[in-house]
Amino acid sequence: MGAVVGSLTMQTKTRRLSRDKADDDLEITMVCHRPEGLDQLEALTNFSKKELQVLYRGFKNECPSGVVNEETFKQIYAQFFPHGDASTYAHYLFNAFDTAHSGSIKFEDFVTALSILLRGSITEKLQWTFNLYDINRDGYINKEEMTDIVRAIYDMMGKYTYPVLKNDAPKQHVEAFFQKMDKNRDGVVTLDEFIFSCQEDENIMRSLQLFENVI
Amino acid sequence: MAAGVATWLPFARAAAVGWLPLAKKTMPKPPIDNSSKSDEILYVNVSGVRFQTWKNTLDRYPETLLGSSEKEFFYNEDTQEYFFDRDPEMFRHILNFYRTGKLHYPRNECIQAFDEELAFYGIVPEIIGDCCMEEYRDRKKENQERLAEDTEANEGMDAPLPPNSTSRERLWRAFENPHTSTMALVFYYVTGFFIAVSVIANVVETVPCRPHKGSAKELPCGEKYHLAFFCMDTACVLIFTFEYLMRLFAAPSRCKFMRSVMSVIDVVAIMPYYIGLVMPENEDVSGAFVTLRVFRVFRIFKFSRHSQGLRILGYTLKSCASELGFLLFSLTMAIIIFATVMFYAEKGTKGSTFTSIPASFWYTIVTMTTLGYGDMVPNTIAGKIFGSICSLSGVLVIALPVPVIVSNFSRIYHQNQRADKMRAQQKVRMARIRMAKKGTANAFLQYKEDRNIGDPDGDNSALCVKNRSAFEHQHNHLLHCLEKTTNHEFTNEMNYSELCMTESVGYRTSRSTSLSSHQGAQNNSTGCCPRRARRRAAMRLANSTVSVSRGSVQELDTLHLKTTSIPPQTRSSLNAQMCDMKLNCGDQDFTAAIISIPTPPANSPDESLPPSPAPILGILRNTRATAYTQDSVKISSL
Repeated sequence: MGAVVGSLTMQTKTRRLSRDKADDDLEITMVCHRPEGLDQLEALTNFSKKELQVLYRGFKNECPSGVVNEETFKQIYAQFFPHGDASTYAHYLFNAFDTAHSGSIKFEDFVTALSILLRGSITEKLQWTFNLYDINRDGYINKEEMTDIVRAIYDMMGKYTYPVLKNDAPKQHVEAFFQKMDKNRDGVVTLDEFIFSCQEDENIMRSLQLFENVI
Repeated sequence: MAAGVATWLPFARAAAVGWLPLAKKTMPKPPIDNSSKSDEILYVNVSGVRFQTWKNTLDRYPETLLGSSEKEFFYNEDTQEYFFDRDPEMFRHILNFYRTGKLHYPRNECIQAFDEELAFYGIVPEIIGDCCMEEYRDRKKENQERLAEDTEANEGMDAPLPPNSTSRERLWRAFENPHTSTMALVFYYVTGFFIAVSVIANVVETVPCRPHKGSAKELPCGEKYHLAFFCMDTACVLIFTFEYLMRLFAAPSRCKFMRSVMSVIDVVAIMPYYIGLVMPENEDVSGAFVTLRVFRVFRIFKFSRHSQGLRILGYTLKSCASELGFLLFSLTMAIIIFATVMFYAEKGTKGSTFTSIPASFWYTIVTMTTLGYGDMVPNTIAGKIFGSICSLSGVLVIALPVPVIVSNFSRIYHQNQRADKMRAQQKVRMARIRMAKKGTANAFLQYKEDRNIGDPDGDNSALCVKNRSAFEHQHNHLLHCLEKTTNHEFTNEMNYSELCMTESVGYRTSRSTSLSSHQGAQNNSTGCCPRRARRRAAMRLANSTVSVSRGSVQELDTLHLKTTSIPPQTRSSLNAQMCDMKLNCGDQDFTAAIISIPTPPANSPDESLPPSPAPILGILRNTRATAYTQDSVKISSL
C-alpha cells in the first residue's frame, strides 16, 4: 500500500524536474549575437561582399543564435570524419579559432580565421598553424604539445587503416617533425624556426597553394 | 550527410592547412569546381503558387528530386521556372525541409498523401525530425493496420488457395480460417458443439439425481447413468483427439504447434480420460484420478479458439501480469501483518477460532475483501479493534490499487508499445547513423578505387566520377589530405582484420623459428574454416620465409607498396627459399596459382612455376583494395 503511494509521488517529482530543465533550456537559446556590419568585415578580411554574404547565410542557417559553442563545433567536425574520433582535434581547432577565448566562436572569428587560411600570405598561414600547435600559447612548441596534436590527428583516422596504426606512430611522427623543425636542437620550436623550416620545404610550400580556391 | 554540414565543409577544408607542416607527403590536388560561384535564386511554381529559393538551398540534398538534375525535367523555358503540378500546401513543408534540414509532418494532412509527396520528391521519410516522428509513425501504423484488416477481411473470405498447395496446407488453412470452406465450417461447429456438450456433461454429472428404486441414498447423476456419461465422454474425447491429431499433422511447424498454448490446452483436456483408461481400479490411486478429472474443466478454454474476446482477455492478463503480481504481493503483506496481529490479540481467549496464524489468514482475507462470512469473529476488545482496522484497510488496499491497476494497465500497455517503438526506432536510428557513417566511409573508399581506375592524372572524365557532387569531391579530397598527412590509409573492417591477423602472426613467427609449430597451428585452423585458414597459413609461410626478424611485417608492407622495382626481387627471394619449405609442408596439399596483374616482367611468372604442385608462398590481397595492386604481383593459394 505504501509502495503504491510512494510510486505515485515519485512520478510527480520527476515531472517537476523536467519542467525546470525545460525552462533553463529556453533561456539559453535566447542568447543572440549579431556580427559587425558588412563593410567593416569586408575591410577586416580578404573576402568580397558577395563571399561574406554566402558565408554568413550558411553560418546563420546552422547557428541561428550567431555563435558556435564547442560541443556544436565538435559535432560538426565529427561529421566529416566518420571513421574515427575527431573530438580532440576539434577541441584544438576550436581554441585556434576562438582567439578571444570566450568559449564560443562568433561569425567574426570564423571569417577572420577563414580569411587567413584561404586568402592570407604564407607567413600568416604559417603563423596560424603555429598558434594551432602551440596549445598553451607560450610561444614555443614542445614535444608534448606536438604529440598531443599528432595523436589527435591520428585519432581522426579511426581504427581501420592500412597499414595498421601502431601505438608509437604519433611519437615517430613527432620525432621526424622535430628533426626537421628544431634547428638549434633545444627541444622546442619557436615561431621563427617554424616559419623558416616550412619555407625550406618544397612540399609544404606547394601544398599551401592548393587551398586557395576553397570558397 | 546532414545538409548544414555542406556549409561547414569549406571551413573544414581550410582548417586542413593545420595538417600541412606535419604531412610527410604532398597533398593531392583539390577537385576543380567548375560550377559558377555566385548563388542564384530559383523560381519554383507549384500549381500556381510561386516559391523562390536559393539554388544552394536546394543543392544541399543532391539525392532528392529538387537537389539533383531531375528537376531539369520540370523546367519551363518560357516562364524560366520549375513547374510542378502538385499540392502547394505540401510543397511548403518539403521546401522547409531544404531550408532547415528538418522535415516536419503536418498533422492535418492525410498520411498517405504525405507519403506520396515524399516519394515524388525523393525524400526518405526516415528524415522526419524527432518532434514529428512519433506522430508520423503512429498514424502510419494505424493506417497500415486498417488497410491490412480490410484486405485480410476481403481475402479471408474469398481468396482461393493457390492451386499448388498440398492437402496438408489446405487442411491447416481450413483449421485456421473456418470460413474458407463448408467442410471447415461444419467441423468448426461440430467441435464447438462437442466442447459445449462435454462441459455440460461434466457439470450435470455431479447433480444429484433421484436414487434407484429401492435405495434411499441420493446419487449424483454421473454414477446413476454411469454408462451414458461414459459414452458421451468417450465420444467427446474421440472427437478432440481426432481434431488434435489432425491439427498436429497439418501444422507447418510441428514443434512450434506443440509449444503453443492452445495445443497444450487440448492435451490437458483429453489426458485425464486416457489416464483414467490406463489406470487400474485401485482405491489409493483413484483419489488422484479424481483430481485429474478436474482438468476436464480445461475443455472450456478450448472455446477460446472460437471466441476472439477470450483471446484478447488472455493477452491482456498476460501483459498486465506484473501489476497483478504487485497487487498480490501487497495483499499478501497486508494479510500476513493482520493475521499475525489478530492471532496474538485473540490468543488468550477460550474457544477462539484463531488457532494459528495461517488459520487467521482466512479471517483476514474474508474481512479485507469485505466478505465477512462470520465463521471466525474476534472476541477480545483488542481483537475487535484490530479487526475493524483490518476491514477498513482492506477497503483501501483492495479499492486503491484496482483503479491504479486499471490505469496502470492502460498506461503500461500504451507505454510498452511506445517503449518498443522507441527501442525499434532507436535501433533503426542507430542503424541509420551507422549506415550513413559506413556509407560515407565506403563512399571514400569507392572514390579512391574509382580515382585509381581512371586516369591518375586528375583528368576525371569517367562517368561514374562525374556523377558525384562537388561536395563529395571536396569531402573526399579532404579525407585524402588526411591520409597523406598521417601516411596511413583508410580501409574497411574486413581488410583491417586480415591485416591484424598477418601482423600478429608475423610477430609470432619471428620469435619462434621452429616450423613445426607453424604446422601445428595450420592443422588446427584448417578444421574450422578451411579456406581462410589456408590463406592465413599461406601468409604465415610467407612471413616466415621473408625474414625471421621483426622486420618481416615491414618488409611485407614494402612489398605491398607498389613500385615496379620491388616485386621481382622479393619474388626471387621467395622462390629461392621455396625448396626449404617444400620439405616441411609436404603433407598440405596446396595448389597454387600465380596471378599477375599488369606490369611486372612476363617471363618471371613462368620461371617461378615449379614442376610439381609445391606450396608457393603467397601474399594475399583482398580484392577490394585493388587500387594498389596495379603494380604488384598477386599470388594466391587456392
